[in-house]
Amino acid sequence: MFKGIYNWIDERLDITPMWRDVADHEVPEHVNPAHHFSAFVYCFGGLTFFITVIQILSGMFLTMYYVPDIINAYASVDYLQHKVAFGAIVRGMHHWGASLVIVMMFLHTLRVFFTGSYKAPREMNWVVGMLIFFVMLGLGLTGYLLPWDNKAYFATKVTLSIAESVPYLGPYIKTLINGGDIVGAQTLTRFFAIHVFFLPGALLALLGAHFFMIRRQGISGPL
Amino acid sequence: MALGHHNDEKIVYVGDSRVPKRNLENVPPDYSAFPGRSEAFIPNFLLKEWMVGCVALVGFLVLTIAHPAPLGYQADPTNAAFIPMPDWYFLFMYQLLKYPYVSGDYVVLGTLGIPGVAFTALLIAPFLDTGKERRFYRRPIASALMLLSIIACIYLTKISWDHYQHQLELTGTTPEHILREEKAREAAEKAAQAGQNGGSAPVDPADLPLVQADDPAMSLMEGAGCLQCHAADLKGQGSVPALRGTGDLHSKEELVDIITNGQNGMPAFEGNLSTEEIDQIATWLALQKAPTE
Ligand code: HEC
Ligand code: HEM
Repeated sequence: MFKGIYNWIDERLDITPMWRDVADHEVPEHVNPAHHFSAFVYCFGGLTFFITVIQILSGMFLTMYYVPDIINAYASVDYLQHKVAFGAIVRGMHHWGASLVIVMMFLHTLRVFFTGSYKAPREMNWVVGMLIFFVMLGLGLTGYLLPWDNKAYFATKVTLSIAESVPYLGPYIKTLINGGDIVGAQTLTRFFAIHVFFLPGALLALLGAHFFMIRRQGISGPL
Repeated sequence: MALGHHNDEKIVYVGDSRVPKRNLENVPPDYSAFPGRSEAFIPNFLLKEWMVGCVALVGFLVLTIAHPAPLGYQADPTNAAFIPMPDWYFLFMYQLLKYPYVSGDYVVLGTLGIPGVAFTALLIAPFLDTGKERRFYRRPIASALMLLSIIACIYLTKISWDHYQHQLELTGTTPEHILREEKAREAAEKAAQAGQNGGSAPVDPADLPLVQADDPAMSLMEGAGCLQCHAADLKGQGSVPALRGTGDLHSKEELVDIITNGQNGMPAFEGNLSTEEIDQIATWLALQKAPTE
């Protein structure tokens, strides 16, 4: 029956070339840990993606409870952590996942670097990868403020004073992300918007470009 | 009908769409052109990956249950004693900015100079290292620079962390998220004991109603500054306890003593308030008991 439904849709939309493009390709021997155990280093990109998906899903559930204003933010996180069924697990996944994704991304970057995979013709994908790296750091930075506890608040104050010390542009950067003179209500809503809409949007676009280029060029050959 | 197709076109479309009509069955792709023992991504490889992924996911869930995500006390901008600490992956930058030649007058070097050069170099690495050679041991300069940077980052991170631990020790601070968990555990133990003694289920004192809320003692307390710490609604904040329900914890004499002589973080009010005023406040606080149902 599924085949019937598939054929019915395929006849109208011609989806076979699309999913073939995405899914139907081969995994060469030199990146397959089943053949060479050392090839596990090639898994870090996929693992990064796996955890990124976890981050997006757990983050979506977090926003069902989180309230981005200075009076309720802390209380809503507290409520989620201690009162909501499985809330601690959802928050735990997002919290530890944020660290894990950085670790995996770091290992992936090292793999690409030390196998020289960033060389021609894959220069553009490396640059896109580095942009992803910065977006990820930005996500970590903005997410850190959201629970609005003392740790969040004072770390953000430090970050902003560092940003402010940049010559010429510093004060403007500070006003832009601070939304005023103090770390306060404006900062929290701004960080929330950046963390939940701006950066994930940029991340998805960059990931799209990343995967498109990988599929186009294939994985780099054996050393 | 402007989009209609002419019959003499070679390609036949599905209806008036732009999707060409095919009679071909789906042909499985042929990988014989690729050397080595390659394997189809879907389903063979992905299936194995998913199995490994499931194991990893379970491990990850166990971690989140064993180590709940930390949460301290609500942000208090007036808290001057708090030791700021960024997330661990920013520590190398945080530490770098503490060294004399990249802070103070030279802070530009620390914020833009070193990180700027390092990250720009990373960003445009393919255009700096343009040789054909891919093996890292044949690219000594690139590999050495990368290794050195990694070592530097690990070193800075470790120094920064040790410094933080040292500061905690010096100031005798317990990180708030740990403090909070400990308090919660103590409260839970107390509640369990009360439960064994046939007591009723415990309520958070902050949830209790105020008894005789319009008593003049309230304005006395406001004048004395109690509300700054114990919150305007007497529900407490951070590590300062709620004063709702104090009557269940302390007798009037004890309350007089706490207010007169202070206790831990609670300052003494002897001299600031007259004995009568303290008496008046203590009398009223002693009335703050949970309602008996
Ligand atoms: C500087 C902040 C501060 C001010 C001002 C302050 N308190 Fe306190 N108070 C505390 C802290 C902190 C504690 C907890 C002390 C402890 O841990 O033993 C406390 C404890 C108490 C307690 C004991 C509560 C309990 O549950 O054990 C009472 C009663 C109390 N305060 C009453 C007052 C009154 C009345 C005033 C005003 C005259 C006042 N406080 C002003 C910080 C303050
Ligand atoms: C969210 C972050 C990222 C995800 C999900 C991701 C995912 C992937 C995946 C699945 C691959 C296929 C090969 C593999 O798994 O190792 C890959 C390849 C690649 N990645 Fe990433 N990546 C991320 C970040 C980065 C970063 C930070 C860089 C470096 C700056 C980078 C540079 C590259 C390059 C150059 C390739 C091609 C390597 C080759 O063909 O051998 N990526 N990426």
